[in-house]
Amino acid sequence: MDAIILQILNGLDKGSAYALIALGLTLIFGTLGVVNFAHGALFMIGAFCAVTLNRILTLSHQVVDPTRTDFLGNPMKVDVPYVFDMFGEAAGQSIIDWSVPLAILFAIPVMVLVGVIMERGLIKFFYKRPHADQILVTFGLAIVLQEIIKYYYGANPIPTPAPEAFKGSFDFGAMLGFDPNTIIYPYWRLVYFCFAALIIGAVFVFLQFTTFGMVVRAGMADRETVGLLGIDIDKRFTIMFGLAAAVAGLAGVMYAPINAPNYHMGMDFLVLSFVVVVVGGMGSLPGAVAAGFLLGILESFASMREVIAFIPGINQVIIYLVAIIILLTRPRGLMGRKGVMED
Amino acid sequence: MTKTNMSRRGVLKSGAVAGAGLAVPTIFTAQSAAAYTNEPTGSSVTLGFNVPQTGPYADEGADELRAYQLAVEHLNGTGADNGMLETFSSKALQGNGILGKKVEYVTGDTQTKSDAARASARSMIEKDGAVMITGGSSSGVAVAVQALCQEAGVIFMAGLTHSNDTTGKDKKANGFRHFFNSYMSGAALAPILANNYGTDRKAYHLTADYNWGYTTEEAVKTSTEAMGWETVAAVRTPLTQTDFSSYIAPVLQSGADVLVLNHYGGNMVNSLTNAVQFGLRDKLVNNKNFEIVVPLYSRLMAKGAGANVKGIYGSTNWHWSLQDEGSQAFVRSFGTKYGFPPSQAAHTCYVQTLLYADAVQRAGSFNPCAVAEALEDFEFDGMGNGKTLYRGADHQCFKDVLVVKGKENPTSEFDLLEIVEVTPTAQVTYDASIFGGELGACNPGT
Amino acid sequence: MFGLDKKDATLLVVVAILALFAPFILNPFPEGSAMAQFNAGYPDLMQRFVIFGIFAIGFNILFGLTGYLSFGHAAFLGVGSYAAIWMMKLLTMNVIPAIIVSVIVAGLISFLVGWISLRRSGIYFSILTLAFAMMMYQLAYSDLFGQLFGGVLTGGETGLQPKVNDPRILDAALAEGATPKAHLFGLEMGASYKLAVGSWEFTFNAGYYIAAVAMLAAFYMSIRIFRSPFGLMLRSVKSNQQRVSYTGLNPRPYTLAAFVISGMYAGLAGGLLVAMDTQVGAERMFWTASGEVVIMTILGGAGTLIGPVLGSGLLKYMENILSKINKGVLEGWFSFMPDGMSDFFIAITNLFVGKQWHITTGVIFMLVIIFVPGGLVELGKRIGNLLTRKKQPNNTDGSAKAEPAE
Repeated sequence: MDAIILQILNGLDKGSAYALIALGLTLIFGTLGVVNFAHGALFMIGAFCAVTLNRILTLSHQVVDPTRTDFLGNPMKVDVPYVFDMFGEAAGQSIIDWSVPLAILFAIPVMVLVGVIMERGLIKFFYKRPHADQILVTFGLAIVLQEIIKYYYGANPIPTPAPEAFKGSFDFGAMLGFDPNTIIYPYWRLVYFCFAALIIGAVFVFLQFTTFGMVVRAGMADRETVGLLGIDIDKRFTIMFGLAAAVAGLAGVMYAPINAPNYHMGMDFLVLSFVVVVVGGMGSLPGAVAAGFLLGILESFASMREVIAFIPGINQVIIYLVAIIILLTRPRGLMGRKGVMED
Repeated sequence: MTKTNMSRRGVLKSGAVAGAGLAVPTIFTAQSAAAYTNEPTGSSVTLGFNVPQTGPYADEGADELRAYQLAVEHLNGTGADNGMLETFSSKALQGNGILGKKVEYVTGDTQTKSDAARASARSMIEKDGAVMITGGSSSGVAVAVQALCQEAGVIFMAGLTHSNDTTGKDKKANGFRHFFNSYMSGAALAPILANNYGTDRKAYHLTADYNWGYTTEEAVKTSTEAMGWETVAAVRTPLTQTDFSSYIAPVLQSGADVLVLNHYGGNMVNSLTNAVQFGLRDKLVNNKNFEIVVPLYSRLMAKGAGANVKGIYGSTNWHWSLQDEGSQAFVRSFGTKYGFPPSQAAHTCYVQTLLYADAVQRAGSFNPCAVAEALEDFEFDGMGNGKTLYRGADHQCFKDVLVVKGKENPTSEFDLLEIVEVTPTAQVTYDASIFGGELGACNPGT
Repeated sequence: MFGLDKKDATLLVVVAILALFAPFILNPFPEGSAMAQFNAGYPDLMQRFVIFGIFAIGFNILFGLTGYLSFGHAAFLGVGSYAAIWMMKLLTMNVIPAIIVSVIVAGLISFLVGWISLRRSGIYFSILTLAFAMMMYQLAYSDLFGQLFGGVLTGGETGLQPKVNDPRILDAALAEGATPKAHLFGLEMGASYKLAVGSWEFTFNAGYYIAAVAMLAAFYMSIRIFRSPFGLMLRSVKSNQQRVSYTGLNPRPYTLAAFVISGMYAGLAGGLLVAMDTQVGAERMFWTASGEVVIMTILGGAGTLIGPVLGSGLLKYMENILSKINKGVLEGWFSFMPDGMSDFFIAITNLFVGKQWHITTGVIFMLVIIFVPGGLVELGKRIGNLLTRKKQPNNTDGSAKAEPAE
């Protein structure tokens, strides 16, 4: 029982990452009709926003400490961050400590800007082109973006820890009356889950209850008619792209403490997020979220020892197996609309 | 690099009847041109440095390449100093190239894929006339390229490869490995673990689902069980896994009090980060502190995992903080040239290049069979790991293995590991036949 | 000729001549010159050119004609490779059984995958093929079947190679110390004749010519398919599947046939890869490898006959040549310049070669797709038009849809 509760928790947390990425992907597809293979790269850039802010905050000048020596036997140069000079050591330390949450503020404008530039500079020329062309051009872009990141940050993962306050894990088991230590979950992952729920909720509210969202939804349903009504749908679509980029970026920022960001993390998530979107049904927002959580939970269950012992190797293939079964039983995924991306 | 005098081609050129820009084609078969593949007959010799330049191990590859460049400088006598040539017990090398031929090199990208690595190695052999291939950062690539070099008739000096298979079931007569392996990691780690964590422990293994993972799991399991530990479970994780939470969450429920992460590279960085996130190390299980062990450490991995490595035991081939003369000499010349200390990958690649050059010098020929003979059962010292033996039976180096621990108070971004013990060679030596495989005969090629 | 019309026959002959003289054409720079770095006329790369050409030609029969975008074709290539290596381990090092069996096995597997995946269309089809391919990749990388039954099927991460002590029931025992080498009735794949002309050196490799013959046969087959009623049927599926159904024809058997044919092409490519270089690793089944063949096809010109071959050539050329240019090479090139200037050029060039070669490929995909949507074939046509100064008939419209090349 406790093992199952634990894996459900786990699945929800994994699923929230999948859902967040898939949400932006399906948003772009639903509104603009573009298959964006660079979406993983946006997620990666988000994570590197956190890394960059951390780098900025720890910008240092070197002070020579004559009492110590470095590996070559020269006097040791000690890095002193400028924030220490500005705010004192204690306050400076806590600013650096909180760099990941602070990076949210930093990432939003950066990601919106990246998204808008991408849409205006490249994507808008591809609205009428075949999906294969869209895939290829965004795939090319993804390669260029990740190689640029690699050029500046190297290929090695860069540890970007969460604030000290979120270290450790929360004991659900004790709370629910199980033995202590049986159901524990890290604080930061709980934060991630809540954050994801918040963002997903906000996107739905935005699309459902604002005029802007209404127009965009109308545009998703019938772009031409909305254009005929004299509404400048293009501008709104640009903003939507910026929004989707910001969602992917925020997913990345908050993900940075979970796994140290590296330049290829976007590609690692790309295939998975596509599977999630397609299983959910192309262009369906609730479908993407539902599929994200579903696959997250199933993946967690498949990685249980007992399950692997029963079906060896199931943890390797579960995502793909589920995708195949769902697509064969439900032709357009969980909540896809007829005629979308079927030609 | 311009290759004005590709030796192999030199022969061909001299054979071609050339006149006033026009030439009568002369056909040669490869057989008639040289005694062995890519025999260098000009004033230079070409080595092939095949390292991952793209993909997750690109930084490790970059460090290997730095070491190779340094080794070439030292061999040619053009460097700021002579590095390990000063401390190397064999004094055959003169600092004037190898057998008086200037050392040149070509580089390639393995992409950490066996196909790409073989394509790159083949282009070095077929196009650039490389007489030796070296490098790599994973066992899959090492085994694949080693097999290729055996077929082509050139020497392969393995870079970073830790699987038992490289010099075990997949060993080849033309291939040589200086780096240590899973078996040695297990044998070196177990006593230290028993000393520090006691002999009454329950271990839970997470193992990357491929050959290296299996051999490492096997090695650590066998040697810790011999110390009295119990293995509660061993779970295989997919190589492409990035988030290990669903594998780590059930660890505490199993009643285990030690977690062994048989992961390398990105897998290890993520699984260790996740394990620490779950607060495993703050827990008390069976009235003992919960502990994590990482059988194979590298500095780049430690850097990627950041503060999470503090206090965690593992093994490593070499570390720059070693105080012996050879290590010091290498760290000095590497550090002076590049501004930071070398990694273990850099060390093993540097040493392999020097060992190859020395073997050629002693053999008096670049012929792979002569070189192999010179390397087999060669004993040397002054290369950083104490007295070392290149065992002839499986072409594996036997030397001291380092047990290290994540440093509690690192003074710089390179000072992440501290040496706990230098395990003597005798303790990690095994019988050459235990992993099976056939060395075969050396192949000099055409 | 061979049942082709004049245009197609000319194209086939041109391709045959190019393939025959590839060792000359790909080695335009004399040995030892700074430009020799760009020579591609060595056996390994020439073999790869034609083998991946076959792979892309086959993929184009599915994607170019029917429009079905498979994202899992690398799996068939991998399956073909594994089948071929097992033939070499069990039967003989002769490449003929290996290649035949690799085509058959890849055909069977692609039939199964196609039969299921073709129930869906569009991106749903793509994801189904991707899912199948990734499952196969995972199974191969961890050698799950091998583990399950206590043997070895794929060899996992280290892959499979012919070993000295494999059974090879048709072959005589190897001589002491000899390594098993792939051959065609005794002609070793690695055997090369070298021709030195002045400071040039040209390599004629047996393996390359065998692969090239296979490529020409594959290319000829593809022309026949393109021009056949079957090909026409596939094209009609691409332009409007519904209308095809309304005429009372079931398009499924046609698309499935196209899928299996392209799977067999992939199997042939996989078998040839093993014949040329006797080793298999699971990475060749990863989704990026499937993506690569999509890129090759579109880069060259989807739906055109020669496009896929050009696309695969360009991609393999970049992968193998650019990645080998290191800083030392650049210093050699720019050494004639004054110091500051050469440093500048080295720094700029270094961004695009060596360990940064991925950037160049990414930029080239983007440029081609943005400016010449019809790929290299269209680029060639445009340049041709410019040179002959013909009036360009409705070029801008015609180029958006990739037309079959002559």
